[in-house]
Amino acid sequence: MTSLQVNLPRDTARPVSVVHSPSQSTSAATRSDPTASYPFSAIVGQDDMKLAFLIAAIDPSVGGVLVFGDRGTGKSTAVRALARLLPQLRAVEGCVYNCDPGAPGGMCEACRKTAPGEALKTALRPAPVVDLPLGATEDRVVGALDLERALTRGEKSFEPGLLARANRGFLYIDEANLLEDHLVDLLLDVAASGENVVERDGLSVRHPARFVLIGSGNPEEGELRPQLLDRFGLSVDVKTPTDIATRVEVVRRRDAFERDPARFQRTWAPEEQKLRRRIAAARRRIGEIETPDAVMEKAARLCVALGSDGLRGELTLLRAARALAAFEAQTSVGDAGLRRVAPFALGHRLRRNPLDEAGSAVRVARAIEETFGA
Amino acid sequence: MTDGASALMDDAWGRMAFAAALFSVDPLQSGVLLRAAPGPARDAWLALLRNYLPDAAPLTRAPVNIADDRLLGGLDIAATLRAGRPIAEAGLLAQSHGGVLVLAMAERQSARTAAHIAGALDRGGIALAREGLAARQDARIGVVALDEGQGEDERPPAALLDRLAIHLDLAGVRPWAGVPSLIAPSQVAAARAQLAKVTTPPEAIATLVGVAARFGVDSLRAPLLALRVARAACALRAASTVEEIDLEIAARFVLAPRATCLPATPQESASQDSASQDSASQESDSPETDAGSAGAPDAPKNDNHGRDRPSPEDIVVAAACAALPADVLARLASGDVHSGLSPRSGHSGAARVSSRRGRPLGARRGALREGRLSLIDTLRAAAPWQSLRRRERPDAERLALHVLPDDFRITRFRERRETVAIFVVDASGSSAMRRLAEVKGAIEMMLADCYVRRDSVALVIFRGKQAEVLLPPTRALARARRVLAATPGGGGTPLAHGLDMAATLAESVRRKGQTPLVALLTDGKANIDRTGAPGRARALVDAMQAAQRLRLAGCAAIAIDSSPAASGADAPTRKIAEAMKARYLRLPFVDAARLSEAVRAAATAT
Repeated sequence: MTSLQVNLPRDTARPVSVVHSPSQSTSAATRSDPTASYPFSAIVGQDDMKLAFLIAAIDPSVGGVLVFGDRGTGKSTAVRALARLLPQLRAVEGCVYNCDPGAPGGMCEACRKTAPGEALKTALRPAPVVDLPLGATEDRVVGALDLERALTRGEKSFEPGLLARANRGFLYIDEANLLEDHLVDLLLDVAASGENVVERDGLSVRHPARFVLIGSGNPEEGELRPQLLDRFGLSVDVKTPTDIATRVEVVRRRDAFERDPARFQRTWAPEEQKLRRRIAAARRRIGEIETPDAVMEKAARLCVALGSDGLRGELTLLRAARALAAFEAQTSVGDAGLRRVAPFALGHRLRRNPLDEAGSAVRVARAIEETFGA
Repeated sequence: MTDGASALMDDAWGRMAFAAALFSVDPLQSGVLLRAAPGPARDAWLALLRNYLPDAAPLTRAPVNIADDRLLGGLDIAATLRAGRPIAEAGLLAQSHGGVLVLAMAERQSARTAAHIAGALDRGGIALAREGLAARQDARIGVVALDEGQGEDERPPAALLDRLAIHLDLAGVRPWAGVPSLIAPSQVAAARAQLAKVTTPPEAIATLVGVAARFGVDSLRAPLLALRVARAACALRAASTVEEIDLEIAARFVLAPRATCLPATPQESASQDSASQDSASQESDSPETDAGSAGAPDAPKNDNHGRDRPSPEDIVVAAACAALPADVLARLASGDVHSGLSPRSGHSGAARVSSRRGRPLGARRGALREGRLSLIDTLRAAAPWQSLRRRERPDAERLALHVLPDDFRITRFRERRETVAIFVVDASGSSAMRRLAEVKGAIEMMLADCYVRRDSVALVIFRGKQAEVLLPPTRALARARRVLAATPGGGGTPLAHGLDMAATLAESVRRKGQTPLVALLTDGKANIDRTGAPGRARALVDAMQAAQRLRLAGCAAIAIDSSPAASGADAPTRKIAEAMKARYLRLPFVDAARLSEAVRAAATAT
């Protein structure tokens, strides 16, 4: 960090504006075209996937969602649609890292410096949902020297990358299993520490990068590395619906949307608004949701029955159940909620049992029956 | 349908030509799979397409093995240095915006390249986040994938196939001139204008979804693409409402080629077989009959459940079936079909990125010790910063070029994945007394073979009460031979434990990015169970379970039976081999050549 300050001109008391590079405005357009976003509430079926996303939207601390499954099931559509449902963020005005004015501990260096003396200007902005394109190079992911400034003014300044923009929001990797290994390693490191440390091009920068990782992919194209799998709090298997009526409805809506996106969005706007309010309300409520001891015990028993490693599964299970309770306007977590979220929270954490050919879904279902059945 | 169009549909080349016109009506964010060997037919088809597409639409060719930076774009170093500010260079996808990208040797394209193209097809643009640039670029393109694959396994990546509307096979089709006189380019242009006015009755969607389901087409993109093709067909006959004939055309070009099963009418699953054979034999008798109006002759067959007129779905299904070649029909009828789109996407799967050898795959930032320096890429990386660095270090003015360690770019290669042969050797008393020497001989032969292929080997021995890894994966084959020679035999046969250990080893090998291959040598007389306690029954059950675990680990395996007794299908080793899905060989009948051939076959199958 010190070297960054040395490299910067002395009069940069507000380094935020200095590091904020001009090309930032263009990079905002990396986000999927907002005019062409399919409404979340118009997605037919795929209840598991939708619920997992809603849970992550209500409580980002569940730690990311992995959606793996058939082609053409609207995985990417759902993620992009989610972006329009997320409540706005209150962030330090002009801060490229979306720093939270209410949490000085997790701020970027620039915001932290200005905090004690003057009151920070804040503004509401949309929660970021950042696409990590497959062909992204490392410098754009972590951030690098600002090329434009270097060339035009001969100055050394840091241009934040995708990780900076994703802070306090969502980072979406489509075809996560095709991502290059060195980028995966990098993401894992940042996701674990919540901080992006850049040591390159003679720069030394660290900034907060806490984001919800959302990955999607098709298992036919290769398995996900176990380490990456484990990073996701929830995991959902999506399947193409087989019921003809559902399939017809999927095609009908998709076709209506493609032919006239604006009109389709108008039709669904009330539904979207309702869902948006429900998410916001659930976020407010989630702190008050009670978790009875009996439910805690059942969660623990379920995890033991499945032999899922470590406490992470149990923690995620409870958090997800709490988020679900908040979404459904309940006051406490019940057995039903636990049963509903257990497949997402635990399915991908099972140790592979070589003697059991059943898929993880079946095993979770079996363990649920054993735990709750009596 | 106009007369010209219906005349076209009666002929094999005519149908291919008609498909070109259909695609040209609505080409963007859609595509054609053109399966054909390079040759005059393919050239003629592409020339026709060029003729039908608007003049303004560029037809760009993408070579196989195209690198990410050519496909997606990046920093134009020369222009950047000249202008003194970053200048982006458009990649092939952005360059093709508004036009059609022709993908050469699509069956050889990697899953990554396919994913980039698929992304552009889905979103009509690409997100560029490369080399200091970040931008969203428009890339509304159509794709023509040239597929030169042979056989079922060699197909373009499934992600791509799923998004290409029309699937054509030019095999055996002879082009003739004169198509443009039947469908004129001006007619296609008129259809493009007409497309916005085309309306679709709600039943049409239900029909297409129903037809797709009956052909066993899972992906929901298929009926959506079929719907677009039906609209194009409607526009092409200058009509404004989609009708049955348009659905038939869509079904035969979009849905039938994706079929994974022969459509059955729900009420007559019993007569389904005969019906499908009928249509198959009919097809082979007169391959080009009743193409345009196929619904009528076939329909009565499906009509013995008391309806006067078959449902639109039945008619469309029948028409689409008529479009299927006889061999495809036969294959579908026998159920011998890949689950829709082949999961193994054309190119060999067991390849990985390497830093030492293989086919060059572009460069990435890295330290010198990590691989081979790519000089040009390093200079490219250093170029934009020269003026800045010169200013920062005036003391080093004499330096012509300021290159910092951060600039170093390392060439990456794609190489064949290394195989690790895990030998699991029975050194128990029952085995050792008679045949250990023979077994050792066989292994030495295989070791020599592994050496030739530069594979690594590992050695697991089981005897007495348990198994042990005698040799972790190594390239030092001489050492393997020495260790093996010094191994005494004797004791019980803890087969289950040996297999368990092999499975654990195989999993760790796979985690390192290598491909495990298990070669088991045993007489199958397991008599020690997993806990180390003696007992034949329990030991065999455990061994079977351990074998299943190995199969689930998904590694190739061979099992070599060293038991001297002439034993048939119920030989224990054969059962174990079946449980682990291994190729089964018997030692007395196996000579050196066959052994090494077996190992080679198993190794290359992975």
